[in-house]
Amino acid sequence: MNDIGLLHFLFVSCALFFIGVYGFLTRRNLITMLMSVELILNSVNINFVAFNKYLYVDKLDGLFFTIFIITIAAAEAAVAIAIIINLYRNHKTIDVEEADSMKF
Amino acid sequence: MSASIIIFYILAATIIGGAIMAVTSLKIFRSAVFLLFSLIGIAGLYFYMDYEFIGAVQVVVYVGGIVVLIIFSIFLTHGSGEDMKRPHLLRAAFSALAAIFGCMLTMYFIMNQIFVVSNKAAVEPNAGNIGAQMLSTTEHGYILPFEVVSMLLLAAMIGCIVIAIKVKVPAHEILPEKGEDELIATPDNLKIEGAAGNEAL
Amino acid sequence: MLSTSLIILIPLLPLLTFVLIALAGRKYFPSLCGILGTLSLLTSFLLAATVAYDYFFVVGKVGEVYQQIIPFKMTWLQFTPNVAIDMGILLDPISVMMLVVVTLISLMVHFYSLGYMKGEERYATYYSFLGLFTFSMLGLVMSSNIFQIYIFWELVGVSSYLLIGYYFDKPSAVAASKKAFIVTRFADLGFLVGILVLSYYAGTLDFQTLITRLTTPTDQLHSIMAASFLGCSALTWGLVLVFIGGAGKSAMFPLHIWLPDAMEGPTPVSALIHAATMVVAGVFLVARLFPVYSISCPTALDIVMWVGASSSFIAAIIACTQTDIKRVLAYSTMSQIGYMMFALGVSRYGGENGLGYMASMFHLFTHAMFKALLFLGAGAVIHYVHSNEMKDMGGLRKLMPVTHLTFLIACLAIAGIPPFAGFFSKEEILQAAFNSNKAIFGIAILTAAITAFYMFRLYFNIFWNKEYHAHGDSHGGHDAHYGEAPFTMKFPLLFLALLSIVAGFIPFGKFVTSDGKFLLTEFHPTFSIAPVLLASLGIVIAWSFYKKESAAPQKMADGMSGLYRGAYHKFYIDEIYLFITKKVVFNLIGRPAAWIDRNIVDGFMNLLADVTGKISFLIKGLQSGKVQNYAAYFFAGVLGFVLVFIYLWT
Repeated sequence: MNDIGLLHFLFVSCALFFIGVYGFLTRRNLITMLMSVELILNSVNINFVAFNKYLYVDKLDGLFFTIFIITIAAAEAAVAIAIIINLYRNHKTIDVEEADSMKF
Repeated sequence: MSASIIIFYILAATIIGGAIMAVTSLKIFRSAVFLLFSLIGIAGLYFYMDYEFIGAVQVVVYVGGIVVLIIFSIFLTHGSGEDMKRPHLLRAAFSALAAIFGCMLTMYFIMNQIFVVSNKAAVEPNAGNIGAQMLSTTEHGYILPFEVVSMLLLAAMIGCIVIAIKVKVPAHEILPEKGEDELIATPDNLKIEGAAGNEAL
Repeated sequence: MLSTSLIILIPLLPLLTFVLIALAGRKYFPSLCGILGTLSLLTSFLLAATVAYDYFFVVGKVGEVYQQIIPFKMTWLQFTPNVAIDMGILLDPISVMMLVVVTLISLMVHFYSLGYMKGEERYATYYSFLGLFTFSMLGLVMSSNIFQIYIFWELVGVSSYLLIGYYFDKPSAVAASKKAFIVTRFADLGFLVGILVLSYYAGTLDFQTLITRLTTPTDQLHSIMAASFLGCSALTWGLVLVFIGGAGKSAMFPLHIWLPDAMEGPTPVSALIHAATMVVAGVFLVARLFPVYSISCPTALDIVMWVGASSSFIAAIIACTQTDIKRVLAYSTMSQIGYMMFALGVSRYGGENGLGYMASMFHLFTHAMFKALLFLGAGAVIHYVHSNEMKDMGGLRKLMPVTHLTFLIACLAIAGIPPFAGFFSKEEILQAAFNSNKAIFGIAILTAAITAFYMFRLYFNIFWNKEYHAHGDSHGGHDAHYGEAPFTMKFPLLFLALLSIVAGFIPFGKFVTSDGKFLLTEFHPTFSIAPVLLASLGIVIAWSFYKKESAAPQKMADGMSGLYRGAYHKFYIDEIYLFITKKVVFNLIGRPAAWIDRNIVDGFMNLLADVTGKISFLIKGLQSGKVQNYAAYFFAGVLGFVLVFIYLWT
């Protein structure tokens, strides 16, 4: 524990990822599910940046991936919220349990 | 124990604590705020690693864009102050077990993994270098993904508008029970989504 | 001299007419179709006559023997280097003779139909079917390949089906066409199996090669003789099966049941198909393979003989009791074809022994003329009376003089009274039968007497007997103003009557013999006395019974009530068939098969469907529509894969 190394970042990222998974599986509200997805994406970002920092200092590719993921996360959030709002209009709720008409 | 280590642990605690609170809090607005803390902590982690540019992007897009967007949508869809429904106990237990098991498994692999460190000369990760390489058309340039992503953003913007726009129903087709407290796609609404797209760019 | 393109044109012209009328004629020029068909047939007939002249007098004879000529042949389907289905034209005496007969009768029928079918709603369709039939029949007689003959054989069956069912709004016509089709198809199965047996052993489908290989001591002949099944050699089986096909088409006992019902078609069609041309296809088929029958397998020929003789006799007896004039003619046709068959049966190959073969072909030729004439005459009567029943007729001789005269000529011809055509051919047949088998001769001469009786029963009933009363009561005598048939119908009658008189004088032995050589037929006046006397006796009996209305026939019928009733009901053969099909086949085979199909075959499929349905019902709960459940499955799956890949894969 003398110095902060790659493993520390990976542990943080790992914990964050599974927290996001837990949230995605348990939350019944679509907006909070979306938040969980954001947490998962962020844990991946941390990984990319940490690998870039500690393993491949001569390259910038990890950063680029991070930037792209952030961009796509933004687009995804926008679309998801549009869908959520539309769902709310039709069902008067954004509880994911209620939106189950797409079955058998 | 140096200051650097302490700062790291503070950041890590912020991130993980914020995340845990964000996925467990029963008040949705609090949940969003904890998410905000968590994201800020991640931005801090980037600064800690001397990647100022990424940290700045994180703050601008996530904190300034996505979280704000989420908060707006919370305002649009929820009355203030009411608790969210609790998760089903069985599923919560299963999810927690699965998450903990997965986490342990992953950490176990991480610890057993031998990482090879590149010993080449470091590249300064400043905005100039990042921009030059991202927009270069040479072998390691990222101009093509960059363009693709810009197309994606455009598509997402149009898609948002199409999905969320209120279809104009002719007067004679409106059913009586509709249109009372229905959410209407106002220009404000669309502006928010558009703003998210712009900021992301 | 024999131009290939002209020979090909003979069958192709009717085909073209058929295509043209069926595609365009029915819509754009329906009233011209009859003339178009007749003209094309006239061309065909002239070509056929030219070919016949060339063949018989110019190119056919090499030395003293008529050759088989193949002016055209192309490979159509090549199976192996040795086995191919060819499309070709084979000219030999019988095919050339058949060419002339078919085109002539068809031409007469086309011409006759111009008047008979006038004003019919489906006039153009009728002519297109006639064209199709003529094409198929011409193709059949000219086939150079046993499979080609089978193809045309089936085509002939189809056109016969179409023409019998021409009045498709009449249930009886529909039933008759189905019956004809099914019965002949049943027989054709035998034909097909026979073809396969013969061609398998002979290693070829080509007629010439097949006949050569199966008549000379070759490996093929030995192998087919050696292979045996149920005590008979494969050769016998093959030939008998081929004969079954021929018997079905030629309405031989016991496959004759379709022919009387086929009279539901228009009368000219009966004249063309069910009297003169198609029904003799079976005779033609046996004649075509005659060398194989006679040289290699006389057993099969004996079967042909007995089937022919029994058909001839049974049909003659039934004909005495029928009251529908077309049915009488139908049974008479069956009887005469039986004659041709047993004439083939008593014959042997070559020289004097081939007398029966020659006589059979001769009778085929003359029979086509006078039987077509009889049918066309009957058609004219039916046209006039609007009924098929004898009781509606009588005393027509004054009203229809031309029909009366020609019908009389035809009756005399079929009864075998000199000097009409039937006399000569029948004499040859009787002579041949006398030379080889006395029992057959007895049956034949008896049949000849009965033939004379029932033909004159028919004749007297139509034209003499009682006075004619128009039966169309509401507008009394409306039939009369039609007058006798129009010229288009009279001309074929007169023309065929002329032929019925002169055809017998053709020295047939010069042209058509079993081995192609000249066969001198001696005329024995002493031999002819008995048959002619018997025939005259039949005529006299008919005269005494039917010239005037009298109770004698009824008494006679009562006197032999069992026989009479049996014959009137055609010896219950139809009923036997119905019993066999309905009671035996349907109950013993059909029902179990249906049960197996319904319960085992369907059951298996239903089982599959049920199991699938049950399983999907069980697991449809997984498809809950709840996104988080899906996410949980997904996540569990990913974890599972991670473990599998890390611990088990390496």
